[in-house]
Amino acid sequence: MSTLHTVNKSPFSTQSLLSCLNHAKDGDTILMIEDGVYGAAKGTGLGDALAARGGAVSLCVLASDMEARGLEASRLIDGVTPVDYAGFVEMVVNNDRTQSWL
Amino acid sequence: MSETVKKFFYVNRKAPYGTIFAQEALEVVLIGAAFDQDVSLGFLDDGVYQLVKGQDTKDLGVKNFSPTFRALGDYDVTKLFVEKESLDERGLSADDLDEIMYEDEDDDWAEKPSIRIVSRAEMADIMADQDVVLSF
Amino acid sequence: MKIGVVVSAGPYTHESSDTAYNFVKAAIAAGHEVPRVFFYHDGVNVGTRLSVPPQDDRNIQVNWSALAKEHGTDLVICIAAAQRRGLLDENEAQRQGKDADNIAEGFRISGLGQLIEMGIQTDRLVTFGE
Repeated sequence: MSTLHTVNKSPFSTQSLLSCLNHAKDGDTILMIEDGVYGAAKGTGLGDALAARGGAVSLCVLASDMEARGLEASRLIDGVTPVDYAGFVEMVVNNDRTQSWL
Repeated sequence: MSETVKKFFYVNRKAPYGTIFAQEALEVVLIGAAFDQDVSLGFLDDGVYQLVKGQDTKDLGVKNFSPTFRALGDYDVTKLFVEKESLDERGLSADDLDEIMYEDEDDDWAEKPSIRIVSRAEMADIMADQDVVLSF
Repeated sequence: MKIGVVVSAGPYTHESSDTAYNFVKAAIAAGHEVPRVFFYHDGVNVGTRLSVPPQDDRNIQVNWSALAKEHGTDLVICIAAAQRRGLLDENEAQRQGKDADNIAEGFRISGLGQLIEMGIQTDRLVTFGE
């Protein structure tokens, strides 16, 4: 039993990513989409919060939203995996439910 | 209406009035109540502001929908989980919230509170136990 | 697997309806079924046939209408949210005494019960919103 969490806001404008990290359980997946992808960049003030949950929670980022924003894979926090839409669909299917942190 | 009973969880994370999300979420809850599913509501982050007592929208000129929460018991919606950490972070306590009661038909119609204050970890457990999550 | 989708943010202003569209296409391409997409909050505005985006941009409504036609996806616009925001089909326009309707092909206006029903009848539900 696991949950897919999506986060679509920049962590610098809302607390959605933080709230998501606070509620995700071990074995869950967090997918950062839309402006949420900014949360996956390393060197920000939030890197530690993400890294602390990485491993127990799998961290992913939607590739097309990264590319649109000029966020290169080399700038991602270690352990964050880019996925395409097919990967997004697989995550929805492979988790029991999806919670969108709007 | 349906043979399948699923666990529906409404996630309320937005404050009232500044945007329409809280009000339109409540409209879904009311309609959804007719489907005889196992319904719970979660209030976390700014969503806890929806339940604060003393809301008065007369001067604003928009509908005050907070009394509707008190009617949810009549629709058999009796599980309103409110996250303690979200209250604490906002300088609120359970006393700042509206009193929302329901009559328990399994307990000789005893009046019981619908609001249950839960910890963040409990909220995560509740979320992880649902079939359908509707996010607002 | 049956996947239900909710779109709850307005087109063009928010990326949500684009993300949802790409997601639904990918889900269908992977062999899953998306029987219904439910449009709520400002998401109902996706269903107006009167929007005229610049020619070098995508047309969100046209894309959804084409998807519905090709795959039979039921595009449902919430009636309560739609009435607030001026989205009407022919029947509603008549009933409300309005002089025009604006709903696009492939969309239909119905009640919130369709959202709950989607939650009951699908295996997964994903919300794209603001």
